[in-house]
Amino acid sequence: MISRRSMWSEGKLIPVLSIIGFIVIIWYGFSIVLNAPWEYDKAKRSSITLSNVELISNTWSQKRPKLPAPHQITNEIWDTTVNKKVTSKRSLVYHGLITFYETIYGFIFGTCLGILLAIGIVYNRATAMSVMPWIITSQTIPILAIAPMIVVALGSAGFNGLMPIAIISMYLSFFPVVVGMVKGLKSPDQLEIDQMKTWSASKFQVLHKLRAPRSMPFFFTSLKLGMAASLVGAIVGELPSGGGGGLGFRMLSGSTFGNTLHIWSGLISAAVLAGTLIAIIGGIQKVVLKRMSLEM
Amino acid sequence: MVYFWAAIIFWILAWIVNVWISRQKENRFFNIAPPVLFGMSILFIWESCVVTFNVSPVILPPPSAIYMKFMSSIPILWEDFVQTAIKGALSGYIIGCVAAFIVSLIADRFNFLERGLLPIGNFLAAMPIIGIAPILVMWYGYGWQSKAAVVAVMVFFPILVNTVQGLKMSDKIHRDLMQTYNASYFQTMIKLRLSTAMPFIFNGLKICTTLALIGAIVAEFFGSPIRGMGFRISTEAPRFALDMVWAEITVAAMAGSLFYGGVVLLEKWTTFWHPSQRGKV
Repeated sequence: MISRRSMWSEGKLIPVLSIIGFIVIIWYGFSIVLNAPWEYDKAKRSSITLSNVELISNTWSQKRPKLPAPHQITNEIWDTTVNKKVTSKRSLVYHGLITFYETIYGFIFGTCLGILLAIGIVYNRATAMSVMPWIITSQTIPILAIAPMIVVALGSAGFNGLMPIAIISMYLSFFPVVVGMVKGLKSPDQLEIDQMKTWSASKFQVLHKLRAPRSMPFFFTSLKLGMAASLVGAIVGELPSGGGGGLGFRMLSGSTFGNTLHIWSGLISAAVLAGTLIAIIGGIQKVVLKRMSLEM
Repeated sequence: MVYFWAAIIFWILAWIVNVWISRQKENRFFNIAPPVLFGMSILFIWESCVVTFNVSPVILPPPSAIYMKFMSSIPILWEDFVQTAIKGALSGYIIGCVAAFIVSLIADRFNFLERGLLPIGNFLAAMPIIGIAPILVMWYGYGWQSKAAVVAVMVFFPILVNTVQGLKMSDKIHRDLMQTYNASYFQTMIKLRLSTAMPFIFNGLKICTTLALIGAIVAEFFGSPIRGMGFRISTEAPRFALDMVWAEITVAAMAGSLFYGGVVLLEKWTTFWHPSQRGKV
């Protein structure tokens, strides 16, 4: 596709916006369809007949709709972020911050563990042969299943609050880092490694001056994947721990009490949080790779 | 204390054997032995630590107790496995993969759609989609249908992104060759582009096996009939019946590995011609 094309057929903005617009329209339609039975039921009980306009406006403003309309969700988010105190348990910012800390701790632990394992795997064949299959197997275990026990076990060992959940998100986030970093650290070819040998570089120097810089593009890609995984870990880890707060906790309590607006606002803010964190890594990636003149 | 030191010594010996093996020429036995030895030493150390330090079974049961529980409750475990892994995860996985495949074919056909869908798909693939579990449970009820729906949505975006990317992988020169053969769109699709896309599609399929199990289990935390792996875990853990929980985890790990292994076998069987698969069998 080298031929010259106008902005219309080349850019991404217009297609993306039009698909989002399409989704929003469908969304409004579905929220009428899904919420209408309840409205009919209510009208029947109080024996009123609803006009179409009334019906539609009612389905878009229910208190506990099956599917809330987009503007209800944005109103809810606005209401619980701007109009509530940050320290209040009803504030979305409060819950978001808890999830944010858990995610960051899990992400940092997971990244460190992943890098150490990757170095071990690249430098020691015995480690590679014996540990690597288990690392892959570890990811076929649905960690979320262990989440309740990690919370209980660590709680009895004196760790409370963020720690157990951070460990769950670490478990999810170290995997992409190991896989990416093993690929990255192995990316210099034999010729370059031989060159380092002719300079009689030590193993550490080869790592520090050749392998580590070479692995940077892989590193940032794995960081993005790891960050996404660690947010999922934090949200799921909050489910069984109960009471601690966080976006996952808010979604669970919304689900228990049938408060769909809480679920949706929690979900959207989790998405915004994930998007922001990944965008930050992307920004750092751009700057670092540019300065290392590795830009792709 | 004797147990503990015995386990440590076993671990060191196993490690020495592994180092020796890693210096030998590759063959089939030598590829399997190191992970098996490593796994055994972890089990031994776990068992000996629990025995030596008197860890309460409420916190961490020893592997032997988990094994006993596993053997004595196979019927329950099987019932849970069928409910969660087969009815929930597998059916959702198939629905999600087929839907994603069809959408990616459409997106590939219409450039406008592809440019719009791909960024959104990439964005959503990184989202905590698991969060829709409570919503879908509310819509589709407590049965396995809601779990299948969660799984279908979770696997949709990774498969979509991978397939669309894979469909772009055929070389221009190959597509030109197809054109000189006067091949139709469908012929080019089947004989050239889908074949080159296969490794990418399988990459997505492999990633999604774990996602599928996770989705089905977590969805059960939000409501389920009185069977299923997620249900069992969420009811046994507060009662401190951790041996049962670990038995379920064992089942989950085995189901996950089997599922993953199955897709790998399917990949070997269908893309035997690809460089990454050649010489492996």
